[in-house]
Amino acid sequence: MTFYLQNTLGGLAYGGLLFMIASGLTLIFGLMRVVNIAQTSFYLVGAYVGLTLIARGTNFWLSAAVAGVAVAVLGFAVYRLFLHRYHKQELTTVLLTIGLSLVLQDLALATWGGNPRSVPPPAMLAHSVTLGAVVFPSYWLALIVISFLTAAGLWLFQRYTMLGAVIRAGVDDGEMLRGLGVDVDRSFYFVFLLGAFLAGVGGLLGGPITGAYPGLDGELLPLAFAVVIVGGMGSLTGAFAGSLVVGLVNTFGKALLPQLSYFTIFAPVAVIMALRPQGLFGRR
Amino acid sequence: MRKGKWIALLLAAMLLLTACSTAGKPAGTQTPGQTVAPPTPFKLGLLIPLTGVFAAPGKYMQEGVQLLLQESDNKFAGRPVEVVTADSQGNPQAALTQARKLVEQDKVDAIIGPLSAAEGNALVQYLDGQQMPTVYPIVSSDDLTQRTIPKYIVRTGWTSSQTTMPFGEYAYKTLGYKKVATISYDFSFGWESVGGFVQTFQEAGGKVVKELWPPLNETNYQPYLSQIPKDVDAVFVSFSGSAAIQFVQQYKQFGLGKPLIAQGNTVDESTLQATGPSAVGVVTPLHYSAALDNPANKKFVADYEKAFGHGPAYYAEGSYVGAMVLKKALESLNGKSDDHAALVKAMKAVNLTDAPRGPVKMDEYGNPIQNVYIRKVEDVGGKLQNTVIYTYPNVSQFWSYDPKTFLAHPVFSRSYPTVK
Amino acid sequence: MRRYGLRLSLVLAGVAILAALPTLGLPPYYVSLFTQVFILGIAAAALDLLVGQTGVVSFAHASFFGVGAYTVAILCTRYNVSSYVITLLAAAAMATAVAALFGLVALRAEGVGFLIITLALNQIVWGLAYQWVAVTGGENGITGFFRPPIGPFAASNVNYYLYALAAMLVSVAVMWVISHSPFGLVLLGIRERPRRMRALGYNIWSYQYAAFLLAALFAGLAGGLFAYYNAFASPADLALPLSTQMLIMVILGGAGTLFGPLLGAAILIFLSNTFSSLTERWPTILGIVYVAIVMYAPEGLLGIAQKRLLPSLNTWLRLRQRREVSAAKQSESPGDAA
Repeated sequence: MTFYLQNTLGGLAYGGLLFMIASGLTLIFGLMRVVNIAQTSFYLVGAYVGLTLIARGTNFWLSAAVAGVAVAVLGFAVYRLFLHRYHKQELTTVLLTIGLSLVLQDLALATWGGNPRSVPPPAMLAHSVTLGAVVFPSYWLALIVISFLTAAGLWLFQRYTMLGAVIRAGVDDGEMLRGLGVDVDRSFYFVFLLGAFLAGVGGLLGGPITGAYPGLDGELLPLAFAVVIVGGMGSLTGAFAGSLVVGLVNTFGKALLPQLSYFTIFAPVAVIMALRPQGLFGRR
Repeated sequence: MRKGKWIALLLAAMLLLTACSTAGKPAGTQTPGQTVAPPTPFKLGLLIPLTGVFAAPGKYMQEGVQLLLQESDNKFAGRPVEVVTADSQGNPQAALTQARKLVEQDKVDAIIGPLSAAEGNALVQYLDGQQMPTVYPIVSSDDLTQRTIPKYIVRTGWTSSQTTMPFGEYAYKTLGYKKVATISYDFSFGWESVGGFVQTFQEAGGKVVKELWPPLNETNYQPYLSQIPKDVDAVFVSFSGSAAIQFVQQYKQFGLGKPLIAQGNTVDESTLQATGPSAVGVVTPLHYSAALDNPANKKFVADYEKAFGHGPAYYAEGSYVGAMVLKKALESLNGKSDDHAALVKAMKAVNLTDAPRGPVKMDEYGNPIQNVYIRKVEDVGGKLQNTVIYTYPNVSQFWSYDPKTFLAHPVFSRSYPTVK
Repeated sequence: MRRYGLRLSLVLAGVAILAALPTLGLPPYYVSLFTQVFILGIAAAALDLLVGQTGVVSFAHASFFGVGAYTVAILCTRYNVSSYVITLLAAAAMATAVAALFGLVALRAEGVGFLIITLALNQIVWGLAYQWVAVTGGENGITGFFRPPIGPFAASNVNYYLYALAAMLVSVAVMWVISHSPFGLVLLGIRERPRRMRALGYNIWSYQYAAFLLAALFAGLAGGLFAYYNAFASPADLALPLSTQMLIMVILGGAGTLFGPLLGAAILIFLSNTFSSLTERWPTILGIVYVAIVMYAPEGLLGIAQKRLLPSLNTWLRLRQRREVSAAKQSESPGDAA
């Protein structure tokens, strides 16, 4: 019983972490059809920036917000300078973002050094709670809540705001939207900024679980893609569902069949690819 | 389209620059037949990761060598030392390419490095084939000084099981643990660390109830922690780098409540401060600790902090001692380095009494016989350190086993020793 | 054929120079680097068949390369095979077999979906290399084998350099013939106008699948050559960063040109090995150059060369021809000089 409770919570927390990374990726792709390979590099930069602020005594949550903003600014520069001309060309954006992640990775190494860092959770969440026989770190529980709130917030935003409507319409039929006189390009900027912001915040929020070290971005990238394959590229609901599925299957897979540890992330991916290649909530 | 031309021009300029930078390096061989050496420089190749996941330990290795050179006035046996650093990127293929560069292009006289077991294994055939005297100060793959011994590579560090074999006994007899679970990252260093522990722990009478092997790049250990039986007395682990930080922290967070014991570099000074309070109380074996209380080490640590602004880690002490061995060997040959076989022989005959880790003597297989310290992580004045609580003197890579008997068994792996 | 005359002579001249380099005094370290360029060049050119010709971007290329490398390593260490022909054929065959399986899964999606699925497939193979220790040696990989003699010649560095050069030439020649064959033209059509090709009745899927298998075949061959070159095979030979590097080689050199990827391989290998001694920031520099090329010179460096140098060369040659012709005309009928 404790085994199942602990792993369910663990799977949800891990899924929450994955959602923070994959949500930005899928948002950006959904509207703009840009595959941002540098998304996990944004995550890493966000973690480092957040750590720098925390070292100066800034509060954890504030640091996360500022890190998100910093990465959003980085995202703006990246989009403006490199991507905005090519957002229609899927292949080109993939290639561009590969190069950008190379540069970001190396510059991060130059700026923050090679020593692996630990990201301390905020003081009020630095303890563990006891739920029956299960001991669980309170920060991980908080991450579950945060990811649910983020997902809800994004969903509400898409559903009930003007900009959200523009985004939903743009995903459906960008040309028609332009024809109606809507400034779709401005929405693109906003979405890219939002995606970068999510990655930056995610970097610090996920830091207590993943740490921050050179190469983390390369290790998280396949995970992010596993989530969007399962959930469906471009769908926010899909990213949420995908991260929960991948998180839980990964956790229970490793807990029950540890000898298959290398494949637990990709087991749901394989199943989806075989049965429903567009993902749970994807189209086409 | 003008831009295309500019790019091509830029690239051509870079390639030209590259060609000039490498073409201009003179070959540094000595002409044979020189009896008294007017100090021709001694070219030392340093093959370490400077980029990639292992950049941090690589930096420590570089600093260790730099410190020894500083203390030696940059001279080995009267010859000025020229260091050529090559970035192995922590990857065996890149390490091999850079080794070729050091040997064939830069024509170094000796090499110190690399870092990881995979790189170390991959380089053996080439370095032996080229007869390049090499010091392995960190690579601890057991078999390199057991069943398949290279001719030109001298190991000045340790074998992975050299420290954990005495520790298995210590855990049972001194710490009183009867039932243990093990978790280690899934590659040869982890297998050998756990293997040594399990071998002696079981022989002493202990029981290993579970062995887990998370993948190398895992960041989330919760699923593995959930599989540990509640009735163990302790958990033995082996991790390093970022994995060590995350594991030790998560171990505390998931509140198993049982003592954590580990292979020494899991709480290495390079990651100990980042790991934080979760590490306090962890007991580990290693052939070194920065908190070791002997005059040579006290001086080493003080000089290191003065030179680099932070304390040493086992990687730094490793390369420092490796360079010491090379230096002493050269001194015993009066600085002659063109007879590679003689240099290797001299290195294997080195007997150090003033290394930071204590006395070091080579066994006939080419591995050091040295002290193994049992350390406990303690918070001293707000800073974490590995306080030495017990010393096993003069431990060889075979522990208390007869070498022939030991070698008759297979190398420690995931499946050996079998858990009874 | 006259169209190809100039290019062919350039290629032959290039090959002759490359073959002569070691005897002309190329230092041994550079002989090794060039050998790497030839081997990785085969893999990059094969990827170009997919990317440049068929318009399909795959992240799984390293997995085929690595399968080839491990096949050779296993055959040499466990089964003591000492024939290049057998091991390299086996390497190519194993890689093709894996691609046959992967293609079935990956080609169910297109564009970005395909890309992401190939990434996942690459990770699965990589995980297998770590997990299946009994066969692959885990993280340490497989070491402990040597290059057998090449026919009557010892497999010295120089001889292996020539062997790799020959392998590269043969492979690229075959790929060139394929890409200019009717099959290749269909692939081009699929890249440019998939809907039209479908309307014309072509089975897009089977052509893409065939291209996928072909690319894997040569990647596996290259992987096998690489295992002999290093005398080991390790998980790095099939890791995602290698897939990315091969993609970069194709783009840098010029997608769709087959020779461009060879140039790209040369640039990447030289940059990462020789530049790294100048500055630790070489990945940043590589990244910037690569981004610049994607943005401003998407035809790659060879593409720039073809667009700029070749036409200029052609024009110059034609001008000379015209001058010769008019001089000949003048000498023929001096009386008609106007």
